[in-house]
Amino acid sequence: MKPTQVESYRSLFFPLFKREFLAYFRSPVAYVFIVIFLLAAGGCAFFIGGLYEGNQASLDSFFAFLPWLYLIFVPAVGMRLWAEERRSGTIELLFTLPVTMVEAVLAKFMAGWAFLLVALALTFPLALTVNYLGSPDNGVILAGYLGSGLMAGAYLAVSCFTSSLTKNQVIAFILGVIICFLLVLVGWGLFTDVLSTVLPIAVVDAIAGFGFMTHFQGVSRGLIDTRDLIYFASAIGVGLALNTLTLTAKKAT
Amino acid sequence: MIEVTGLVKEFSGFRAVDGLSFTVPKGQILGFLGPNGAGKSTTMKMLTGFIEPTAGTATVGGASITKDSLAVRARIGYLPESAPSYGEMTVREFLRFIAEMRGKRGKDRDAATDRVVELCALGAAAFQPIETLSKGYRQRVGFAQALIHDPPVLILDEPTDGLDPNQKFEVRKLIRSMGAEKTIVLSTHILEEVEAICERAIIIAHGRIVADATPADLMRRSASFGAVNVRVAGADVERARRLLASTPGVERVEDWEGSLRVFPRRGESVAQRISELTRQQNLPVEQLSIEPGRLDEVFRQVTRPEVRS
Repeated sequence: MKPTQVESYRSLFFPLFKREFLAYFRSPVAYVFIVIFLLAAGGCAFFIGGLYEGNQASLDSFFAFLPWLYLIFVPAVGMRLWAEERRSGTIELLFTLPVTMVEAVLAKFMAGWAFLLVALALTFPLALTVNYLGSPDNGVILAGYLGSGLMAGAYLAVSCFTSSLTKNQVIAFILGVIICFLLVLVGWGLFTDVLSTVLPIAVVDAIAGFGFMTHFQGVSRGLIDTRDLIYFASAIGVGLALNTLTLTAKKAT
Repeated sequence: MIEVTGLVKEFSGFRAVDGLSFTVPKGQILGFLGPNGAGKSTTMKMLTGFIEPTAGTATVGGASITKDSLAVRARIGYLPESAPSYGEMTVREFLRFIAEMRGKRGKDRDAATDRVVELCALGAAAFQPIETLSKGYRQRVGFAQALIHDPPVLILDEPTDGLDPNQKFEVRKLIRSMGAEKTIVLSTHILEEVEAICERAIIIAHGRIVADATPADLMRRSASFGAVNVRVAGADVERARRLLASTPGVERVEDWEGSLRVFPRRGESVAQRISELTRQQNLPVEQLSIEPGRLDEVFRQVTRPEVRS
């Protein structure tokens, strides 16, 4: 392609990102979503995780439940992104504008991610609470938030992919939950314990290496390991690559 | 402006478009006709870069749809079938978004939005969510987004679909007024639309071009072209039939919707003679008209499979 031929071509990432991000707030669903997420996150941390009774100034009990909360919430945020474009036919409008596939995939993903980060950031009263009650290690809390944000991105990339597979948002949601559940399961302590009774430890470790929890545990306790960061970045990369391939093949069907 | 060479699109073994070639010069309004499933929309989707051809190619303003899709898309304003848009956005939000996607920012974007809101008479609905609007308004929003970057080429897939007669009239007027400086390809199965606005019509069936001419030329091909319709008061019908049948140059006389339809032999013109005859014979003629030819007849002649083969 000769870029000189497209005289007025500019990156269309930002206008598309802006539209997608604001699209969440054009319906009350976004606000309902955020409120339920905050209630669920707080509820899990306090009532199931025993944040208060634990007598520890940390957000461990909050982060411990996050992989399970994301299982429902992230596919719900991602399901609309491509399925709705295909259902309503706006995908034809989108891809006859001078935007590249990669730009569009990234813009939509980033918009969904930004929305999830807003929801995550609004859990800040939890951090304030533990700071009021005691003196937690705020470095650990920050690392936990970093890991949570990255993990949200990985869940979302999977959800973007499942959203591009179908015109039906409900199917996109269910597929997203299933794939994310498998990725949580293979890294979940209880599951790997069962697995290690029948499989050699090396094999179990290799399988667990694909799990979200395996890589989230360290960082949520303040251990920032580059391998974990690379894992989440790769998960995002793979999800979005599959998303792009699916769209290329199926956008017009 | 548009050059199509050997364009082919296959969908899992089925040939939707089967070797189309044609050229559209700058400033022409071309009507794309054909039965449903003939390949009109598929061809438009390839020209606008939404899907890739299986074989063949096309250029739009010199840029190739296969090698330089983004440049092609930048030159085209496209109204997809049934005018899809983001329903939760207001008309204005949507048009500003499209303007930004066309590389316009700030004042430039706002000016472009104002221009098309004015041009497509969307002022009254500018701040309403698109999903709350009537079909006619939504179609005009689709039209407005196609025009926002003042493209040299417009591709319109059934631009008047779902509009009431007044709205159709307005949209046709708009298309005609833009025809002076833009190259326009529109698809339709409303034949009167082609007569009303197109300088040229291409009829496709089963992915192939079966006719390519001006609407007037196409009408001339219809079986009834040049026939004379004579309506005679009831009692004199049989006498009139005999007289007309024996007039020189007449091939046959048929009943047609309460009149007699007189078919001339090829190349003959019989209107004058019939008119004289009726005067001489004192035939009580209620109505006499010359058939200009019918596009729907031609359409059926060229697109019916048994006629094609």
